[in-house]
Amino acid sequence: MPAWSEIVLILVVVIDFVLLASSRLRAVIRGAAMQGALLSLLPLFMAGRAELGHVLLLSLGALLVKGIAIPWLLLWAIREAAIRREVEPLVGFVPSLVLGALGVGLAFALSSAMPLPAPERHGFLVPTSLSTVFTGLLLVVSRRKAVSQVIGFLVLENGVFVFGLLLSDFMPAMVEAGVLLDLFAAVFVMGIVMFDINREFSSLDTEKLSALKD
Amino acid sequence: MIPVVLILVPLALAGLAFLDPSPRRRPRVLLVGGFAHLAGVLLLCADPGARALGGALELDPLAQVVLPTVSVLYAVCAIYAQGYLAARRDRENRLFVGGLLVLLSAMTAVALAQHLGLLWVAMELTTLSTAPLIYFSRNARSLEAAWKYLLVCSLGIALALLGTFFLALAGAAPGGPRSLLLAALVRAGPSLASPWVRAGFVFLLVGYGTKMGLAPLHSWKPDAYGEAPGLLGALLSGGVTSLGFVALARVVEVCRAAGELSFAKDALVVMGLFSMALAAVFVIGQRDFKRMLAYSSVEHMGILALGLGLGGVAASGAMFHTVGNGLTKGVLFLTAGNIHRSYGSKLVTEVRGAARRLPVSGPLFLVGFLALTGSPPFSPFFSEFTILNGALGTGRFLAGGLFLLFLSVIFVGMGSTVLAVVQGDPAGTPEVPAQGEAWVTAIPPLVLLGLVLALGLYLPPGLKALFDAAAARVVGSP
Repeated sequence: MPAWSEIVLILVVVIDFVLLASSRLRAVIRGAAMQGALLSLLPLFMAGRAELGHVLLLSLGALLVKGIAIPWLLLWAIREAAIRREVEPLVGFVPSLVLGALGVGLAFALSSAMPLPAPERHGFLVPTSLSTVFTGLLLVVSRRKAVSQVIGFLVLENGVFVFGLLLSDFMPAMVEAGVLLDLFAAVFVMGIVMFDINREFSSLDTEKLSALKD
Repeated sequence: MIPVVLILVPLALAGLAFLDPSPRRRPRVLLVGGFAHLAGVLLLCADPGARALGGALELDPLAQVVLPTVSVLYAVCAIYAQGYLAARRDRENRLFVGGLLVLLSAMTAVALAQHLGLLWVAMELTTLSTAPLIYFSRNARSLEAAWKYLLVCSLGIALALLGTFFLALAGAAPGGPRSLLLAALVRAGPSLASPWVRAGFVFLLVGYGTKMGLAPLHSWKPDAYGEAPGLLGALLSGGVTSLGFVALARVVEVCRAAGELSFAKDALVVMGLFSMALAAVFVIGQRDFKRMLAYSSVEHMGILALGLGLGGVAASGAMFHTVGNGLTKGVLFLTAGNIHRSYGSKLVTEVRGAARRLPVSGPLFLVGFLALTGSPPFSPFFSEFTILNGALGTGRFLAGGLFLLFLSVIFVGMGSTVLAVVQGDPAGTPEVPAQGEAWVTAIPPLVLLGLVLALGLYLPPGLKALFDAAAARVVGSP
């Protein structure tokens, strides 16, 4: 059903913009969770010649990790550490949106210049992936709080996941193990460090992490 | 068979270290792991070309250069760790010992990996296993360093995964290799889709370049090396960064097969020279001698990238330089750790007269500096000379000239800091009496320096041939 996957991919890009424009931390986490949950539908829609077992595993794994577990962990972290609910951007929301729009435009321009060697896949995958990767990078560098940076990293990973779907037919294990394991492990460790940052600095503001410089 | 054992045994020992209730006995596991690994590597090197897991692991010439270097460095660090962890009984060492053993396993896997997916997973593991170790001192500064290291390297590794996917896609055309095995990609060669190979190289250069700490992706390095224990600094700057170079070299190998070598080489030359330039700027007037070593590491990663990018003789010199740089970085970080502990400070304004207070580590720090900055007769002199020779021999006068310029600026910049630390009268400087010179922490760097000197005085022809073979496999014969 290419029509369905098209809608999902468009929604993923729309969520990219929502994430860049949201000022509330909870809203950003929910947005990232929704993006993850939407992505977990894609392997089902695009199931080509891959075995059904792999497709289900990838889809369920993505839903559990990206849509439920990690957003829950983040919500728990901000409740537990009593983090203030504003996003506190270093770059304002409007400039973020403008940069995001530029990134999306660039992603579409770039992917139309790069023909897919495996033409059976949907052409929207590559620009969606690159836009989401760019949004993730933008969120990491333009947000002040440790939690926001973790969310940015999640969004970046979502973009990589979308790209991985291009390959799921012939290297399913790579896509599964790589993305899910990495995501979980990195955020897990980041979470632990975050709690210690909280204990040491009594806040999760990475701007306070600026004693080390030249 | 042996390659798999070399990866699994340290992992099993890490499990043992996590379970062991005794903080006094735990460091011994490190010693067992280090020397068992060294013995295994020597055994493996007797059988070059050994393969395992259907060719996903192979001891190719590049692995033959890097794996023994890392193993020797690790074994020496394991001895040092006995003294270091005994002197730091106040800190919990469960995570530290366990993490170091996981790191050994991950480093072995990176060196031997011939599958870009496996390579990526192992690289990710080197980040995850070392990030908590940077926080060993349990203070605000080390926490900041650990956070930056984790964030920057995770971003790098995520982009490297995207780059790996790009390469996979490049071979996804009907009839293409549809595999991430290096051999399959190289065999497919020109049939790989070239825009995707280029894009893949760019992303992998950013990703693994972050692990190497090439400028401008080095931002984690001064903080991590400044705050981590000297022991970890030695393993990061002599081991993990060299493996980042190995990973990048594997990617260049694919680019060469796909006919994109000159694109990759130009990018490496630019990144390499930029890293050296940036290191030269920040090394001058650096007041923190551990951060100074971090910038020196940026410089040497730049030298490796430059050597590989120049190709031919210079690439062979770069292979030689991974060995010399890895071992010499061990000397400098271990002695810097000794000086740091004895003074309780790593600021040049508070540390002087190290040669008098620490009669072995102080002079060793100075000699290690001379060796690293390319003074004869130590091995970095010969490897840097080979790279220069390669540059001038192929008419790359600008690159060669800049290389020489940056080397001399860094020599002067580092020299003033090192001399300020080593010379003078230690009276009136801060002192931690319990952390004076001890044999078990003073001798290991001496052993490493001995090796650096030996390789400078006499390079066995077999090794020379190995460097040439490793370089030829990556960038082609000169």
